Amino acid sequence: MSAVIEEHHDDHHDHKPTGIGRWLFSTNHKDIGTMYLWFSFTMLFIGGALALVIRAELFQPGLQFVEPEFFNQLTTLHGLIMVFGVIMPAFVGLANWMVPMMIGAPDMALPRMTNWSFWLLPGAFGILISSLIMSILGMGSAPNFGWTFYAPLSTTYGPDSTDFFIFSVHMMGISSIMGAINIIATIMNMRAPGLTYMKMPIFVWTWFITAYLLIAVMPVLAGAVTMMLTDRNFGTSFFDAAGGGDPVLFQHVFWFFGHPEVYIMILPAFGIISQVVPTFSRKKIFGYSSMVYATSSIAFLSFIVWAHHMFTTGMPVATELFFMYATMLIAVPTGVKVFNWVSTMWKGSLTFETPMLFAVGFIFMFSIGGFTGLMLSIVPADFQYHDTYFVVAHFHYVLVTGALYAIYSAVYFWLPKWTGNMYDEKLGKIHFWVSTISVNVLFFPMHFVGLAGMPRRIPDYNMQFAEFNQMATIGAFVFGFSQLILLWNVVKTIRGRSTVKATDQVWEGAEGLEWTIPSPAPFHSFTTPPTVK
Amino acid sequence: MAAKPNNEQAANRKVIGKLLLAVVAMFGFGFALVPLYDVFCAVTGLNGKTGSQVADFKNMQLDDSRTIKVEFLASLNEQMPWEFRALQDSIIVNPGQPAKVDFIAKNKTGKDMIGQAIPSVSPGIAASYFQKTECFCFTEQLLKAGEEKVMPVLFIVDPSISEDVREITLSYTFFIKPGTEEAGSRVKTSSVSKTSANHTN
Repeated sequence: MSAVIEEHHDDHHDHKPTGIGRWLFSTNHKDIGTMYLWFSFTMLFIGGALALVIRAELFQPGLQFVEPEFFNQLTTLHGLIMVFGVIMPAFVGLANWMVPMMIGAPDMALPRMTNWSFWLLPGAFGILISSLIMSILGMGSAPNFGWTFYAPLSTTYGPDSTDFFIFSVHMMGISSIMGAINIIATIMNMRAPGLTYMKMPIFVWTWFITAYLLIAVMPVLAGAVTMMLTDRNFGTSFFDAAGGGDPVLFQHVFWFFGHPEVYIMILPAFGIISQVVPTFSRKKIFGYSSMVYATSSIAFLSFIVWAHHMFTTGMPVATELFFMYATMLIAVPTGVKVFNWVSTMWKGSLTFETPMLFAVGFIFMFSIGGFTGLMLSIVPADFQYHDTYFVVAHFHYVLVTGALYAIYSAVYFWLPKWTGNMYDEKLGKIHFWVSTISVNVLFFPMHFVGLAGMPRRIPDYNMQFAEFNQMATIGAFVFGFSQLILLWNVVKTIRGRSTVKATDQVWEGAEGLEWTIPSPAPFHSFTTPPTVK
Repeated sequence: MAAKPNNEQAANRKVIGKLLLAVVAMFGFGFALVPLYDVFCAVTGLNGKTGSQVADFKNMQLDDSRTIKVEFLASLNEQMPWEFRALQDSIIVNPGQPAKVDFIAKNKTGKDMIGQAIPSVSPGIAASYFQKTECFCFTEQLLKAGEEKVMPVLFIVDPSISEDVREITLSYTFFIKPGTEEAGSRVKTSSVSKTSANHTN
């Protein structure tokens, strides 16, 4: 089938389908990558808008704008949209765009599957977001149990829209699994001649491993929501004590998925940083093979640490100790990576264009999030920190200044290759500095209120937390609106009127197959595979 | 590129086949966690899961050098319309000494109903040492409309329990047996989320 289509393309060289059909029926990895990235960007503004309502409510103690019940729906939807609608699709989009170009392949191995896995997402999120719209219109609550949807909050006490949520998660899961299968098949079967596994760019390596993680845990998530579905509608009692089930079982199944999911959201970020830092240091990456082994170790360890999310559920001391030590062990391969990045920069000819600024910002602030993670892994300390704003601060440092910053770095890094135009460097730097200052004003005070005992997911708080919460809210609004600078910069670059044309290599220190093809990358690239020595 | 080399398509098919198999296996693994978890809890006494069968206590020695205070909690699932309480708040026993306590349940409704009590022992570390030799939780309980029933629990605390345990709480929650609720339908949307819907606009 695909052979027929490609022959057709051969007849009209670089012929692009036109109109809406180009996007709806696309099997082109670049078009689909672009759609993933725009989808993710749209979701970022939706999820961000929900976060701003949350922060507005938390500007002062007491209830200002929203009812507590609606606040619960906001935190739930904010979490789900940011995790499943922003970070994951953005990484999949980058993989679709870059993996074939980095390994010298003409396209993804399974182009129709690429199309299907993208087009499931708007449906899945349409359903999820429709529940919030219905809630605003007074037609019943949206999911209100937090993004972790613990039973029995989501089973016995879940609102009717929980079934929408379940269906939506199933669709997202199918999308992710198909995307992962596609990436693995592409990397295994379509590398350019001579490109052995240990010569692959680190971004390709991290995605290769991430795809295996997705295949291993997305089905477990599907299993968890299926059990919820049958508990709610078909009289089973997986999580219902009345029928011999156990709500704590839900947490085990969920976190068996949930912890590898955390690494699904950070390993591709490690890959991006490992591309950007050597480019702007004008050096090869320090410790290539140790990077690969560290990534694999993190992936393996991610399967045996899940219960550190559940220390307060009551576990035998031996179990708590096991999960505590296993969790701390992850700091070792992660430390290897951080030291490798720093060593790559050491004595390099550094320049600080926007991608490098975001990469250095990532290394610094992701490490802060990593250290708070170590603090949380300590069992007796975790009893104090559990479900406080300290946890909120921790995972926002690793996800916003970690994963999201890496995505920004990647966008600035590859945008000239995608569009053929240089972005506006001055705007990029403004975006970085405004974001970095405001994101710290936003999340750093959360450490303090968390240590002092402010619980998460509650719309009201004690007077003593007021100042820090006001700081956080101010930071949130500045950070939120400063993302419009990126939007403006991207639009400006795509239009390309006032910007400089990008060269093929784009960056002086850039190495790799993707920089050998013209900028903008032609609709079909590497139709004859390059040879790698 | 002209037609894809056939060996590449075959290679893709092989990869897809293997990975789909992995996906199905992991979906199954998600469900396998359910029995695995039960086995794990039974072995470790995790989550205060205590035996749902008659315990065997032939070889237990009375240990009168120390006492343990056993407290009783009786509660109802929120959808359960019965009355349920323990006749005593607590008793003090020696490890290895058989003891008996009575619970009373009353069906206040005008219909015959079946309930199931789920026991839980706290601290979790004590669960596997808390042996019940007779318990109303071993079977479903049928209470006719308006019926009141006294239900005994016979138990013995295993003398090999850690010296650190000085108090044990035995808690029962009575649930409506799933599928036998009034009006025939499961009351899924509780009043809590109903009101929340009204508040949001």
